[in-house]
Amino acid sequence: MRDEEIREMVESILGDMLSGKDTGNIPEPKRTEVIQTGADGLKERDGHPEDPSACLEDITKVDLRRQFLVEGARDKEGYLAMKAKTPARLGIGKAGARYRTATMLRVRADHAAAMDAVFSDVEEAFVKECGFIPVQTLCKDKDEYLTRPDLGRRFPGEALETIRKTCGSHPKVLVIVGDGLSSSAITANVKDMIPAIEQGLALHNITLPPVLFIKYARVGAMDAVGEVTDADVICMLVGERPGLVTAESMSAYIAYKPRHGLAEAKRTVISNIHKGGTTAVEAGAHASELMIKMLEKKASGIDLKGDLL
Amino acid sequence: MILKTKLFGHVYSFRSLKEVMAKANEEKSGDKLAGLAAESAEERVAAKIVLSEITLEELRNHPAVPYETDEVTRIIQDDINEPIYREIKNWTVSELREWILKEETTGDMIRRISRGLTSEMVAAVAKLMSNLDLVYGARKIRVTAHCNTTIGEEGTLSSRLQPNHPTDDPDGIMASLLEGLTFGAGDALLGLNPVDDSADSVIRVLKRFDEIKQKYEIPTQTCVLAHVTTQMEAIKKGAPADIIFQSIAGSELGNTAFGFNAATIEEARQLALREGTAQGPNVMYFETGQGSELSSEAHHDTDQVTMEARCYGFARHFSPFLVNTVVGFIGPEYLYDGRQVSRAGLEDHFMGKLTGIPMGCDACYTNHMKADQNTIEDLSVLLTAAGCNYFMGIPHGDDVMLNYQTTGYHETAALRETFGLTAIKPFHQWLLRMGYVDDSGRLTDKAGDASTLF
Repeated sequence: MRDEEIREMVESILGDMLSGKDTGNIPEPKRTEVIQTGADGLKERDGHPEDPSACLEDITKVDLRRQFLVEGARDKEGYLAMKAKTPARLGIGKAGARYRTATMLRVRADHAAAMDAVFSDVEEAFVKECGFIPVQTLCKDKDEYLTRPDLGRRFPGEALETIRKTCGSHPKVLVIVGDGLSSSAITANVKDMIPAIEQGLALHNITLPPVLFIKYARVGAMDAVGEVTDADVICMLVGERPGLVTAESMSAYIAYKPRHGLAEAKRTVISNIHKGGTTAVEAGAHASELMIKMLEKKASGIDLKGDLL
Repeated sequence: MILKTKLFGHVYSFRSLKEVMAKANEEKSGDKLAGLAAESAEERVAAKIVLSEITLEELRNHPAVPYETDEVTRIIQDDINEPIYREIKNWTVSELREWILKEETTGDMIRRISRGLTSEMVAAVAKLMSNLDLVYGARKIRVTAHCNTTIGEEGTLSSRLQPNHPTDDPDGIMASLLEGLTFGAGDALLGLNPVDDSADSVIRVLKRFDEIKQKYEIPTQTCVLAHVTTQMEAIKKGAPADIIFQSIAGSELGNTAFGFNAATIEEARQLALREGTAQGPNVMYFETGQGSELSSEAHHDTDQVTMEARCYGFARHFSPFLVNTVVGFIGPEYLYDGRQVSRAGLEDHFMGKLTGIPMGCDACYTNHMKADQNTIEDLSVLLTAAGCNYFMGIPHGDDVMLNYQTTGYHETAALRETFGLTAIKPFHQWLLRMGYVDDSGRLTDKAGDASTLF
């Protein structure tokens, strides 16, 4: 609680500093000026290089929801209240019909982070810690994974054997995890989501077999798991391709009796599972309800919807 | 039909027209993934040479998917105007290319001939076009459509305002909507991609859109891009929708994967005409994108440019108001980098216009693709030069729900200023009245201040 208060205070002070508190004026050039002046004072004097401790602020620490760059706005307070309702990059002003430098650079920084996130793997230690059983699709490496989705849907023989042993034959419900396009989505969400699913299913006296972790997985990998295990319902948690707001967004694809050739529309999807979207706990509760409904109606995706009309 | 040529003394022989069509494509990772791409740069050119001498009749008689087994093929073939087709059936693809490009050929003449073209012919001629050919050819072809306003008129460039939100929060959606309007976005459509594909959610958002539209008397169209059946359910329950949306594919199998068929679309169209809130007659909106058929294994061993053209042939049947390729959304396994995305964007826009549909473009990329904001800014400039009807408009180009980047509110505004274009006339008048643009169409100081609409 106290930590939370201190953090909020610091954030608010920082936010005010960075957004030029009550004027709505252009704060960034001022900030840059100050820093540059400091550096200038030392530069070139006696032929010494710049002060090695001088450093620009980390622009990714600016809270975008509090950043406000519209000059002469009619209602700044109302605007900020409105901005609080969405992570969209609003209130960013303009330079002519183009972006201001601060927001242009921030987008480039966030894009750089997202690209980097795509290429990292879920660490083996995390998989072990969660008690997941690891298997790998036919993909050899990340590059093959990115350009050969067909290989990310299928498994080598020994992996199929592991899947069979882990999940047993004809389980009612399976939960499986696939890295997909964001390793950080998995590490950020599965620890909250899977217990929430288990709780929901427990109300209906359904227990889960151990959870598979699939490296280099496409969504279609769940169909291969369906073939081998003859599961009634499979829920696959998979990392979404990262956006700029978050690299931690996960989806849950749930299908009744998924098999090779399953139409995409027959999967029910809960997307945008992350702190700023649907929370993992909420999504877990929702997923378990959907699975129960699928078991009852023996359908999923568009078929399930038709049944509920 | 000659499927063989010599090039630099080497003989290149192709087994089928389908193989020629695939190998004549510019390089795309999706064609490689499908195992259909040319194996060398020379083989690619050899295929283009062979294709240039193929006649339109041969193309008509060899649809990518058989007539008997595919309703998309049946729709494309049955919609052909036979007298026009008979006039041109002996043209080679090379002759069609030069006819489109030559000075005397006007846009109206192309629109007429277009009624005799199957999607395979449209794709074939695109394969023989360089990037500037695609711009130059498309520039001649204006395709307008009317819903509440008319899109595609000379001198205009439009924007679909896409106020997506990670949880469909109505206030959050409105925030993006209001700011976009002040930048001049939204003349093509106020169109949300919902997270929650339920009729109740669609109804909720459409009602908010309608309130804003009525309150500020904005001359535009509204739509929530849920699954077609969800939108139909919402309209039946009284949701005020102008337009019905659906993602489409170039084969029946592909459309089945999307959970609909042609009858569903026709039923939706009739419902929108009968129960929708728009003037019409154009009340449908379709999105497409190279590679989507392969991704659902519904490509029938056909290259992705040809399958994309077939989407447009299918779309034409339903007289849409908006059609756009979501060109860089699908990922690097289909379009590897910025170069391939740009090429595909130009091809798609040209093919759509040649098919006779009011084509726009979602010039976009994802974060696992080798592309960045510069890629799509370049593409949007090229497409504006080509006379593209509209782009997407999103705060700073960053879609916080779909997690990809596209064109922002600022892009359409800057393109309009750079090319001397305005929004659709009644919408432009509205912007003038509200004080967001001046007479020359430039943004004013008020532009970008959503609080002017509070």
